[in-house]
Amino acid sequence: MKDEPSRNRLGLGRAAARRAAEAVVRVLITASGWTAIAVLAAITVFLVLNAQQAISVVGLVHMLTGKLWYPTSTPPLFGFLPYILASLRATFVALIVAVPLGVAAAVYISEFAGRRVKEVAKTIIEFMAAVPSVVYGLLAVTVAGPLVKQIFSLTSGLTILTAGLILGIMAIPTIVSISEDALHAVPNDLRQGSLALGNTLWQTVYKVIVPSASSGIFAAVMLGLGRAIGETMVVLMAAGNTMTLTWSLIASGRPMTAVMAGEMGETVQGGLHYSALFVVGLTLFLITFVINLAADTVLERQRARWRR
Amino acid sequence: MKGTKWFALVAVAAIVAGALALTGCGSKAPAAGTTPASKAELSGSLTIAGSDTMINLAQAWSEKFMTDNPGVSIAVKGGGSGTGIAALINGTVDFADASRAIEPAEAASIKSKGGEAVTTVVGNDGIAIIVNSANKVEALTKDQLGRIYRGEIKNWKEVGGDDKPITLVSRDPSSGTYTFLKEKVVGKTANYATSAKLLPSTQAIVDEVKSDANAIGYVGLGYENASIKVIAIDGNKATVETVTSGKYLLSRPLNMISNGVPKDVAKAYVDWILSAAGQKIVKDQGFVPVTK
Repeated sequence: MKDEPSRNRLGLGRAAARRAAEAVVRVLITASGWTAIAVLAAITVFLVLNAQQAISVVGLVHMLTGKLWYPTSTPPLFGFLPYILASLRATFVALIVAVPLGVAAAVYISEFAGRRVKEVAKTIIEFMAAVPSVVYGLLAVTVAGPLVKQIFSLTSGLTILTAGLILGIMAIPTIVSISEDALHAVPNDLRQGSLALGNTLWQTVYKVIVPSASSGIFAAVMLGLGRAIGETMVVLMAAGNTMTLTWSLIASGRPMTAVMAGEMGETVQGGLHYSALFVVGLTLFLITFVINLAADTVLERQRARWRR
Repeated sequence: MKGTKWFALVAVAAIVAGALALTGCGSKAPAAGTTPASKAELSGSLTIAGSDTMINLAQAWSEKFMTDNPGVSIAVKGGGSGTGIAALINGTVDFADASRAIEPAEAASIKSKGGEAVTTVVGNDGIAIIVNSANKVEALTKDQLGRIYRGEIKNWKEVGGDDKPITLVSRDPSSGTYTFLKEKVVGKTANYATSAKLLPSTQAIVDEVKSDANAIGYVGLGYENASIKVIAIDGNKATVETVTSGKYLLSRPLNMISNGVPKDVAKAYVDWILSAAGQKIVKDQGFVPVTK
């Protein structure tokens, strides 16, 4: 009888300690989760605050539709439509390269490759994502540039096509690994059902598995696109950086990222030019934000479907 | 790129913070009554940031000065003239290297913090106009060069060359050299043609002019080499001699800007840079010494 309360106390103490530890961990984890959101919010606020000056002085519409960017002339001009177009052109080339290659590679790895090949291929493709972008930039200037110059008999190899080709290669790892996940998530009963009905493996893949995973593959493409549009070093080095307003893919162009990276270093901090670069940044941020949001929504929809 | 920039920023912050801490301790030493004449006892530390055009020169100076004066430590960072001046305004560096003059707005913000920007010219640079070595054109007038860069002359045959379109190669608008050429040649109120390729570094301009037979570009004197052809502007080619004599049109001063007149170690450093020993390094780096 004498022992009972003490044992009780001991038992209670242990449970309380465990509860306390759990509470602390929960708070820490919650805080980590919220930190990510807070950082994103802080980035947005930071961009908007810095962009405000140029938006109010020059006007947002004026900047988005203006065709001339002469930040250091008098009066300065801050139209960056040619740069938005250049970003789109480079991303378009990148998609043409990356989507067929990336999706085909994912289908191969997920459905056709043997276990060993699968592991080796996945490792190599993941390694592609680890190569520093400046190395890709050097490849663009020294390999892709001369090639494009020769094929299209241009005077210079620094074109949107050159940069876009390399951007496409850089987007491949993203597209492959997410598409592969999506293909992998297709329930095995679908696969077996199709094969049992007498379809060949290829018929199963392109009539059953790829359509089932299509939203996941779409999301992969969108994320790859986000990767390509935000890449800086390669376009800065290889796109040629002209202000020409054109849809031509073998002409030079200056994507938005190249404008910011090229000019931020020597502007007067807090000045109008500085602020205008933040408007470019904000525009790019919104574009990639929307792309990622769309990809995420689609991906979530597919996950929800397979959960049922 | 974004990642690299942030890393660089953090690294700069760390170095600057470290250097500031050192300056705090170091600069007291000369003030404690030592005679400035005894050079061996010179000690302290300096932080310098700014122009990429001047970075190799600034490094070479600091290395030699630190070898001669083991008690002094000098940290040199690039980033661009604007970055250096911004750091000077924020009080994180002792000197800003600048290949352009300080802008009125920048000088005003130093003044508003109770300081004063003092510019010391520590060397000169000539901007060479370069073309591909296959190009027949040997000389241009300043007016022709302006019309080429404004996009009014589009073909080499208009200036005595082959019937080939001109590829314009330029630095980007943040470069001090871009601004310099714009004011001297393109025109204060005019602009570079939209077809101009805005490349991120001087080396990229050299490489592009080397590979494109129709290209024209501009680089600092130190970048001239046998693979490209320098053309004469108004009768003179950019060389150390023509820049020194003032005959060459496209020359500009290289500046070190400080907050207030340099004192103690900073003064010793600037004095040494302007001495024969310091100016020899200017020449070794492909720039033009200041003549007194």
